[in-house]
Amino acid sequence: MTQSSPAFPMIRTGGVDGLLVSFGDKLSEPANRAALAFRAAVEAEGWEGVEETSSTLVSCFVRFDPLHLAHDVLRSKVDTLLKRRNWFDAALPEGRRFWRIPTVYGSDLAPQLAQAATAAGMSEAEAETSLSNARVRVQALGFSPGQPYLGELPEAWDIPRQSQLTDRVSKGALVVAIRQFVLFGVSAPTGWQHVGQTAINLFQPEADEPILLRPGDEVQFIATDAASLNNMRSDPNGGATYETLK
Amino acid sequence: MSAQLTILRAGPSMTLQDMGRPGHLALGLSRGGAADRLALAEGAALLGQPADTLALEMAALGGEFQASQDTRIALTGAPMRVTIDGDAVVWNASHCLPASARLSIGAAMSGCYGYLHVGGGFASDPFLGARSAHLSAGIGALLQDGEVLAIGTDKGRETNRVIDVEDRFQGGEVRLTPSFQTHLFGKTELDRLQLEPLHRAARANRMGLALTPHGGGYHIEGGRNVVSEIVLPGDIQVTGDGTPFVLMVECQTTGGYPRIGTVLPCDLPRVAQAPAGAEFRFRFVDLNEAVELERAEAKRRAELGKHCRPLIRDPRLMRDLLSYNLIGGMIAGNEDI
Repeated sequence: MTQSSPAFPMIRTGGVDGLLVSFGDKLSEPANRAALAFRAAVEAEGWEGVEETSSTLVSCFVRFDPLHLAHDVLRSKVDTLLKRRNWFDAALPEGRRFWRIPTVYGSDLAPQLAQAATAAGMSEAEAETSLSNARVRVQALGFSPGQPYLGELPEAWDIPRQSQLTDRVSKGALVVAIRQFVLFGVSAPTGWQHVGQTAINLFQPEADEPILLRPGDEVQFIATDAASLNNMRSDPNGGATYETLK
Repeated sequence: MSAQLTILRAGPSMTLQDMGRPGHLALGLSRGGAADRLALAEGAALLGQPADTLALEMAALGGEFQASQDTRIALTGAPMRVTIDGDAVVWNASHCLPASARLSIGAAMSGCYGYLHVGGGFASDPFLGARSAHLSAGIGALLQDGEVLAIGTDKGRETNRVIDVEDRFQGGEVRLTPSFQTHLFGKTELDRLQLEPLHRAARANRMGLALTPHGGGYHIEGGRNVVSEIVLPGDIQVTGDGTPFVLMVECQTTGGYPRIGTVLPCDLPRVAQAPAGAEFRFRFVDLNEAVELERAEAKRRAELGKHCRPLIRDPRLMRDLLSYNLIGGMIAGNEDI
């Protein structure tokens, strides 16, 4: 999708105190940029009664106090703001960074590389090359603290989520499906395929900035070996480094 | 020296909880906080302190405790067997826990989450604006045997008050509003959700609880390839095999499974407290009605103090009768208590 279809942007309520402004029904670069930019605009408006905002892959979420800000009042404010510009044209956020995160592909650390490669029509070696060369962007944080959804991967990686959940992947697991990576901040069950393993701590409660990655940051998951990754475990960032993007 | 509470024996799932940390969805951190926020407010009302004072949450089973000095306590939420030095005391009430006395809290008799509050609240350093443990995010930890908890300065004096509570400890009617994906479910499934009894399954924790539908799994017309979207506590998520899960305070912040509806915040304590096997009846209400129900609940919670009354004790059973100042605390009769 490169242009807005007539249905989008779409406003929906969720629960008694949530409003969701969606810019698409599936992931696309313009919808993701629109979601990020619209969230920043709502924040800048500082509407009384809005309690928090966040952006997901294609949407901006607004949580508000419906006892003090009526649903129809908020909806009309949102409508007006939506009409201000074409949000699909929005630029990416300022202060973005480019991260290199050392990753072990396959082996017993990431046991689903072979099956994910088959699903993508590649050999294991081709899959590792394809995934480690991909430069992806943090499109949203969510699920657990600091956990990024990253995309968009080459088209071959448009593989489905599994119908059965994997009981548990480890913290730092790099999983793939539907042309996206998710990098797990905690150990959790998932329907995505576990292709890589990192040593990164995405959420560092004691640090000045507890969350490492931000929406808009770019990331490459550089291939490394198990012994090197093991040495990087003493570093809270798991050997990850970044430079600021200009 | 400030007071401390020693945990002589910790139950299997005890944490410190307040009203949680709203405002961090953008980081991927859900609100967390007490599973039953009403119980937190009830304990605070009994002790005359702010509703988000840090208290001890006990899932299913309590523990044994000892205070370093005379301490006001209150007990709320799922009723549990409780004694002070072997003498039974009343649940949903405030008491004086004398220094070195043994407070013993047993299994829940109904419901799931019981709360032990102390005058002044438990003291600890805040993190991102709150002190509650959020285990699924790696904040805080389960409380352990032998742990010593610091207690804040208690500005109150009153004890022996009881609060009248609504029975929310065995399931019952739960009201819903639509969620972001409610429209993906057909009318048949939305009707079924409101007609068939759904029972709480065995799987439950602070992240969510599974429901067992009589008529099998729920079918989604729109398919399962839904883009991952915001998840809110109270959302009823339908997983791949059609099992509905009510997501609770420590849930993930985004998810790709569609949500059939969202439990009203004022009914969430009833869901959190339902024991395994309890039956729910779900009913959608319109958004305006939902807002008015929340308004009424907010007012009721602000006035919880009015639902507190003196605990009438039988003087013949009071070993500590002589320690009471029996003529103090006279009132004119027109105070707002």
